[in-house]
Amino acid sequence: MIDGLMIRALYGILYREFLRFFQQRARFLSALVRPLIWLLVFSAGWRQTQGLAPYAPYQTYIPYEVYMIPGLCAMIQLFNGMQSSLSMIYDREMGSMRVLLTTPLPRWFILVARLFAGVAVSLLQVYAFLAIAFFFTYFEFLELDIDPIGYITVLPALVICGFMLGALGMALSATVKQLENFAGVMNFVIFPMFFISSALFPLWRIKDLSYTFYQFCTYNPFTYAVELIRFALHGQFYAEGALVVAVTSVIALGLAIYAYDPSRGLKAKGKKG
Amino acid sequence: MTDTLSNQSPHSEMVPTAAISIEGVSYNYGKRKALDDVSFQVLPGQFTALLGANGAGKSTLLSLITRLFDTPDGTISIDGKSFASHGSKALAPLGVVFQQTTLDLDLSVRQNLRYFARLRGMSSSFAKQRIEETLSALEMFERVDERVRDLNGGHRRRVEIARSMLHQPKLLLLDEPTVGLDIQTRRVIVNHIHNLAKADNVAVLWTTHLMDEIWDEDHLIVLDKGKIIEDGTVREILAKNEANSVSDVFESIIIQEEERLK
Repeated sequence: MIDGLMIRALYGILYREFLRFFQQRARFLSALVRPLIWLLVFSAGWRQTQGLAPYAPYQTYIPYEVYMIPGLCAMIQLFNGMQSSLSMIYDREMGSMRVLLTTPLPRWFILVARLFAGVAVSLLQVYAFLAIAFFFTYFEFLELDIDPIGYITVLPALVICGFMLGALGMALSATVKQLENFAGVMNFVIFPMFFISSALFPLWRIKDLSYTFYQFCTYNPFTYAVELIRFALHGQFYAEGALVVAVTSVIALGLAIYAYDPSRGLKAKGKKG
Repeated sequence: MTDTLSNQSPHSEMVPTAAISIEGVSYNYGKRKALDDVSFQVLPGQFTALLGANGAGKSTLLSLITRLFDTPDGTISIDGKSFASHGSKALAPLGVVFQQTTLDLDLSVRQNLRYFARLRGMSSSFAKQRIEETLSALEMFERVDERVRDLNGGHRRRVEIARSMLHQPKLLLLDEPTVGLDIQTRRVIVNHIHNLAKADNVAVLWTTHLMDEIWDEDHLIVLDKGKIIEDGTVREILAKNEANSVSDVFESIIIQEEERLK
């Protein structure tokens, strides 16, 4: 199934993705600045009012910044997933995608490899963010208090969440005809996914405020991604979250492979002549 | 349909496998017929010019050959392997230069070529050797570490040709590769590809609407409104039409076709 050509091609796709990422310094900076602003400004401001009583996976009362960290990690992956999809549309419009599609690689492999490369870039961003957050904790700007082992146990959760968010973006990009249309899709996807979730507030508190809003949060796969990361960061496994994230990934990737038409935006599909 | 031409012939040892064989290919955009029962072959070492006016069906044909579009009717085989039976693996012996630049502008020439070499499953050492060989042949090796964005159109085109030859393809497909280039650069590229076909025994399929890019010994296919209306060597076609130049042939064919359709 997977042969030598595929392994070398995967390496090539990773190589290009990282080269492009490091050359687009603004992308790297914005990927870090966005969650750091949330962490430093939002959590510092709300620290006094939003401290949280113990509930799973936390053993004790936690300051608000501890609660926010998993949501911000997932936010980085959400933005990266959409950014990767945007670059797929860009490649399709600029013609670079044609180079990929005229190689002897199956189309499903090309999409999975692109997805894998996007996940690898998102891991780099998340760990850079966690390192900076750790730095702030060390100098007592924040009280994160994450067990160092948590930085390792969170890795599988980040991989699977990155895969889901990238696959969702890819499925969306397969349906978008032109680059300009994707900005609108992002506004209708990124912000609702992030805000209608447990990224900023715990579900029990949302439930107390509005049951309808709580229900929307439970329908959002991003909520399960955030919770999966939250539990994994504290060395625990959240089975329901893992299941929802895995199933959503498979469905989104299946849709992307089915819907992906390289000629979209260039020409209509042909019919039997 | 058979996979190879050699299977079709009782004298299989004597007939080389066609680098590309197209049999009975048709394609429609809705009700509009873009290609109508197109069949032809290109042999190794043969330079084939695919000539046609805008809308003749050249781009659709190339999209089918590169498998960007699925082939609903007919068979396309590259080096004896059809898409129907081999899927994307049939694209292995194919090198393509698209009309539009498909290089990554923010990467260097070397990085672009390395990326492509990986996609074609080449080892690092072989890729390094081929990058030097193909760029040197086009007098571009000294610019290997420059960003593609800093190169002019002619140099970018040379890099694309070098990239298309990196994996030593048996069939090279070029879609109007000289569009927008100055006369001198055009001449360099046309000469290079003609020489390449002979020296490396590469089959070339070159789409164009510029007559001066076609040489007398070339194989010429004229496409009009989705149909092949001429298929033979330039000399044969000139003799058949009692014409002095390809340009005269092309114009008279188009006029005849228009009158026939009136």
